Amino acid sequence: MKLVKAIIRPSKLPDVLRALYQAEVYGLTVSRVRGHGGEVESVQTYRGTTAKMELRNKIMLDIGVSDEFVSATVDAICDSAVTGGVGDGKIFVLPVDRVIRVRTKEEDQAAVTPER
Amino acid sequence: MIRRIFSIGALSVLMAAPAWAQEAAANSPSDTAWLLMSTALVLLMTPALAFFYGGLVRSKNALNTMMMSFVALGVSGTLWAVLGYSWAFGEGNAFLGDFSMAMLSGVGLEASGTIPHLLFMAFQGTFAIITAALISGAVVERMRFSAYMVFIALWGLVVYAPVCHWVWGGGWLGEMGALDFAGGAVVHVNAGVAAMVAALVLGSRKDYGREALLPHNVPFVLLGAGVLWFGWFGFNGGSALAADGIAALALVNTLLAPAGALLGWTILDHFITRKVTAVGVATAIVVGLVAITPAAGFVTPIGALGLGVISALPSYLIIRWRTRTRLDDSLDVFAAHGVGGITGALLTGVLATTVINPGGADGLLYGNPGQLGIQAVSILAVAVYSGVITFLLLKVIGLVTPLRADKEEEGHGMDIVAHGEQAYETGEGAVLLDYDETPEHVNGKIYN
Repeated sequence: MKLVKAIIRPSKLPDVLRALYQAEVYGLTVSRVRGHGGEVESVQTYRGTTAKMELRNKIMLDIGVSDEFVSATVDAICDSAVTGGVGDGKIFVLPVDRVIRVRTKEEDQAAVTPER
Repeated sequence: MIRRIFSIGALSVLMAAPAWAQEAAANSPSDTAWLLMSTALVLLMTPALAFFYGGLVRSKNALNTMMMSFVALGVSGTLWAVLGYSWAFGEGNAFLGDFSMAMLSGVGLEASGTIPHLLFMAFQGTFAIITAALISGAVVERMRFSAYMVFIALWGLVVYAPVCHWVWGGGWLGEMGALDFAGGAVVHVNAGVAAMVAALVLGSRKDYGREALLPHNVPFVLLGAGVLWFGWFGFNGGSALAADGIAALALVNTLLAPAGALLGWTILDHFITRKVTAVGVATAIVVGLVAITPAAGFVTPIGALGLGVISALPSYLIIRWRTRTRLDDSLDVFAAHGVGGITGALLTGVLATTVINPGGADGLLYGNPGQLGIQAVSILAVAVYSGVITFLLLKVIGLVTPLRADKEEEGHGMDIVAHGEQAYETGEGAVLLDYDETPEHVNGKIYN
């Protein structure tokens, strides 16, 4: 099992969700986060106060998947989140020790496989 | 008596012959006081509209949407004084005024009816402002701000001013006897049709039909609807152009018609979606207000109540139908203002009675079916003119500057792209810059 952690642009979230759904990845957690990845700064001006926004709004997805779903998940995110500009995001694939489904106490593979 | 029959020809006599008006009448302190108040009330409707529209869009477009209403205060307000008023109320011919009052030339403190001419100009100016701002609801979340400003500036001159002249400025629709107490055709059918055409010319938002585009702040929508209702007492009550019984009638009708529309809408909501919705109630208030606008000074209070209840149905059905089409009239300006205005103007031709306002006319129910035909002609004329000229105007502006933002900008949201501000900026990670530190490469193109 792996944990796929993806940071993407907020405006691409609907596309990414659609792509994941089509790749049959159904279980995920979405967070609003702020971060910085070397993209061009955004400048805002409020009545004479000009500020450079170092932190950008981003969306972070946490997706626990079984090993055979890792590449499908990564491909789906990569293909749907890309705009070609700096700031499209990153995908991290992390090893996972244990997964437990709270309701049934199922573990690992069974815990990340949706019930039909 | 003459001042009571606003919009049905008598006003045109006043405006066409200001010298005569000066000699014939003096300013009335009570009428002047009410119109001073009404002008302020109608002006407040434009910021109220900003909240109504602003709440209905996504948070990344909240400021841009509200700015589309606010900027009309500057653009349309300025141009009204420069030329619009003269084109609308100058003597001219049956179709357009003239340049005689450009730059407010000759518009002074002399009486126009029983109020200072200058005050009449300002009262009418607040109508010109909100009519332009109403159109913005059809083009939000995608129209470029500069193109929008150019559009409403020109629209106020080539569409609003002539239509205003036709009905209130001594033009052909007023002469024909069309009843439009406070702007059912001039303001609402006009803006509603222009909005639909603008939505067609711009095309739908990139996410329209693919994603659910939901209101980001429903309390704003309710606030906007409430303040619109408050301001509308000046819109309709002030259109009596006097502090008299007809003003009281118009004000009471402006209370009752939206009440009826609200009730009608909640009943439809309850039976069709099983839930009474807040956005629905806010919309119902606006639809009721729009529908009573042409009728306010011509129908009985019970007539107004019935008119309000009936007006809910067509707009409700059109909104449900519209959202299933490719027509991205994003905030349903046509359904609320176009359809509401048509319903109201037609029902004016049914319910109007000289029993309540001897200066008005009788409608179908009071033995004068011809009035309904006159109303239909006025709606058709305004709708066709507004639709055709709006279409041509946008096409011409589109040749000079792009009308809409590109897909990437739409994705970022129009707030940051058009204004370099955000409605809900937390300020985290913001680094203060001196003016000369502003990086060149970010000016003009901002990513988020």
